[in-house]
Amino acid sequence: MNILAFVCGLVFSIGLLISGMTSPVKVLSFLDVAGPWDPSLALVMVSAVAVALPMVQLASRREQALLGDAIAFPPRVGITRKLLIGSAIFGIGWGLSGLCPGPSLASLGACTWQNGLFFLAMIAGMLSHETWQRACQSARTCTREIGTH
Amino acid sequence: MLFQLDFTAFTPATAIAGGALIGLAAGALALGAGKIAGISGILGSTLNDLTTRARPEGWRVTFLGGIVAASFIWALFAPVPAAGFGESWPVIAIAGLLVGFGTRMGSGCASGHGVCGLSRLSVRSAAAVAVFMSFGIATAVLSQRI
Repeated sequence: MNILAFVCGLVFSIGLLISGMTSPVKVLSFLDVAGPWDPSLALVMVSAVAVALPMVQLASRREQALLGDAIAFPPRVGITRKLLIGSAIFGIGWGLSGLCPGPSLASLGACTWQNGLFFLAMIAGMLSHETWQRACQSARTCTREIGTH
Repeated sequence: MLFQLDFTAFTPATAIAGGALIGLAAGALALGAGKIAGISGILGSTLNDLTTRARPEGWRVTFLGGIVAASFIWALFAPVPAAGFGESWPVIAIAGLLVGFGTRMGSGCASGHGVCGLSRLSVRSAAAVAVFMSFGIATAVLSQRI
């Protein structure tokens, strides 16, 4: 499975690089619908979903993946406030920079200070979310304990 | 005027070809390994494991390694498309923080909710995509004019 994941990572990255999605200017000229508009990003998404959909649908109807591991897709928990607020925060960062997590990793080979800085800041953002989550959880446990006593 | 096509920038052939490779990789990981190719989830979980001194899952590490390796291999033969960042380091830093925090809070990014979630026909992911697309468009339209 580790080898398959490595190959998938390579192919995924080459897909991002070929499509130009590692380039903030290309992503921003899709998002900025009021300027000269480049719809490439929409085509990338449509093409990716068209290829992935039959494979993902087939996988979700199976108990086991082809390599024998259990199908471990995230549970369908419905639309929560957390999902909406988190996606909004992500959207603002995406619209400011033209980069999201995949392209950020796939463009590290460019070795520019902008790529490095964005990557480190993104990791800091992920870690700060985790820290916040843990603080929330322990606070909730405390309240529950106080409530039962 | 909205949606005025920029024909010099529009690259339909490479967009479709690149998208197909992204879809193929996501589909193969789902069908072959039973995993969702969501970059923010894979990176975030690996970071959490590292900070709690747990052993990160091997497939996550090799998947991320594959993405970064391809980028450096590509750089040996052709320039990595990375133009258009601007020079403002505070903007880049703030954007990175927001992307990192937001994708973890919203449980996904353009790959997890976008490619994989939509392929699962997940209503939850469709809602996430609608929200980050709208906020991304609004932010880009405003920030390109300030």
